[in-house]
Amino acid sequence: MPPERPLPPLGRRLAPVTASWADGAYRVLEVSDEEGPEPLPGQFYMVTEAPDWEGSSGRPYLPRAISFAAAEVRGDGVSLEFLLDEVGPGTRALSALTEGSQVWLTGPLGSPFSDPGEVTEGALGAVIVGGGIGIAPLAALRRSLVQKGIASRTLLGFREPAAAGGVDRLFGCEEVRVAYESGDDSPARVTDLLARVLAGDSVGATAVYSCGPPGMLEAVRQMCAGADVGVELALESPMACGYGACFGCAVPKPDGGFLRLCIDGPVVRGDAITTACAGEAP
Amino acid sequence: MSDTPSLRTEFCGLELGSPILNGSGTFDAIAARRVFGDEAVRVGSFPFGGYVSKTITEEARVGNPPFRTWETPAGMINSIGLPNLGLEGFLEAQLPELRELPVPLIVSVMASDRDGFARIIGRLSAAGGIDAFELNVSCPNVHSGLIVGERPEETAGLLDRLRPLTERPLIVKLTPNVASPELIASAAEAGGADAVSLVNTLKATAIDPDSDRPWLGAGSGGLSGPAIRPIALQQVRAVAAEVSIPVVGMGGVTDGQSAYDFIRAGATVVAVGTENFRDPLAGLGVMRGLEEVLREKGVEDLGAIRGNTLS
Ligand SMILES: Cc1cc2nc3c(=O)[nH]c(=O)nc-3n(C[C@H](O)[C@H](O)[C@H](O)COP(=O)(O)O)c2cc1C
Repeated sequence: MPPERPLPPLGRRLAPVTASWADGAYRVLEVSDEEGPEPLPGQFYMVTEAPDWEGSSGRPYLPRAISFAAAEVRGDGVSLEFLLDEVGPGTRALSALTEGSQVWLTGPLGSPFSDPGEVTEGALGAVIVGGGIGIAPLAALRRSLVQKGIASRTLLGFREPAAAGGVDRLFGCEEVRVAYESGDDSPARVTDLLARVLAGDSVGATAVYSCGPPGMLEAVRQMCAGADVGVELALESPMACGYGACFGCAVPKPDGGFLRLCIDGPVVRGDAITTACAGEAP
Repeated sequence: MSDTPSLRTEFCGLELGSPILNGSGTFDAIAARRVFGDEAVRVGSFPFGGYVSKTITEEARVGNPPFRTWETPAGMINSIGLPNLGLEGFLEAQLPELRELPVPLIVSVMASDRDGFARIIGRLSAAGGIDAFELNVSCPNVHSGLIVGERPEETAGLLDRLRPLTERPLIVKLTPNVASPELIASAAEAGGADAVSLVNTLKATAIDPDSDRPWLGAGSGGLSGPAIRPIALQQVRAVAAEVSIPVVGMGGVTDGQSAYDFIRAGATVVAVGTENFRDPLAGLGVMRGLEEVLREKGVEDLGAIRGNTLS
């Protein structure tokens, strides 16, 4: 049984931005949510600049689905941290927000990560595999595993050192290995690090959790299937609504149909989908 | 003077507490309840005065391959492809829950020929608990190859076939992808339709900047949102001038003022589509906004302002 999802308030609500700063290649947006419940790792929010997007080009128009990287209950609500990579008009607009601005929030939405024993039978420990901005939900996951006293190893990958962000702050330094594709060191890819771990002895008792670019996720998914290790993937897809209304975030599942990633995910078991590269050119 | 103007609306014999519906396919009441809990479907917090289901077809459909959405300036293009459980799946897994909604239920249906439409309407009528049907006619007739909603004679022929099958109101959902939607609306009226609704999405496409190929899995899709509002407003105005049956106006409604504009253009009720994606409670926001606009203008009755911009 996956953990029970906290009930989000119905409708979107205003939330103040309490801080924002650059962390490596990323931007961190800290938001105080005074109405919502504490989210579970893997869940996301639909986030929009408030009172409304100001862009004169008419974009961004829709809210953006953003996983939280850290959540902390404080006296006046839940302090949420979102890690932003400026990839388009939406993330650019959110990255420009500073303390004193506001956002519209809907959530927490979607399925959280399960405990290791639910992912791989008998697993007591976890391997976390993150790439690029996909490290965000894994940061929240790792923290909750630490709080539960569950051992984990973290493998992170970035294109190059200049493209990394958030690692020290969100993951601390212990038990974290970082690979850069641009480097001279080998291994250069996070999946190479994972290959070594999967070749190790204790692998049968491990659950793998992963989030990152589609190509990396698909490689992780196939490697875990090959090693007979359970894996949960936090997938990404263009999402218009985040709550099952638009049927936009379709991900192919083995029976020939599609799941709605916003409500059937974003965290899915590796064997619940046929590819993590849905929509990408094959 | 009463503080709150009444938004109660009579529509095709249905009593609506609010003249704001959802556009078909833009709000899944069952998913919303699953996500937000029972509050999402309770009197007072359910965002619409009537609920329109996603379009159902006779056979189950999985929908189009991804990607299915693309954001545009002030709008979006979708190529969802009508995923649905099919008639039997709908009857079994969805209709019982939809009947419990605190507002009238309108079921949207589509088929590839008149007999298919007739079988769906017949079966759904027999099942009961449905207050009206919306006919999604933006599809080709497999026999003639013509898009039903693009041809007056196809539309009239469909209505001739369906009218005897049900006492329930039949609403024809018009496509904006024609030169003169009022001709289709007139044909629907002549065939016995109780109302028309418009607009559906405008044909559109998007190119992926990285691959230089169409972004959408289906190649093309339909544009919705504020980007289409001025076009929708004109089409509603043209149709309302031509027919005497009520008109459901939609296309880029985001707030009270835009809903008011559609009523001025001749709509009896207004539907909210894409705006639901930005806020699950958009329907309530539009309703309250409309109340506000009416109060400011000193209007007590929607009937007093409807269609006054026609001449
Ligand atoms: C994601 C999406 C799915 C839709 N699905 C349907 C559908 O199943 N049946 C239908 O008749 N219209 C469908 N529509 C059209 C809407 O009901 C509405 O006519 C259109 O979007 C214009 O209104 P709007 O600008 O407020 O969204 C869909 C629109 C969107 C954006």
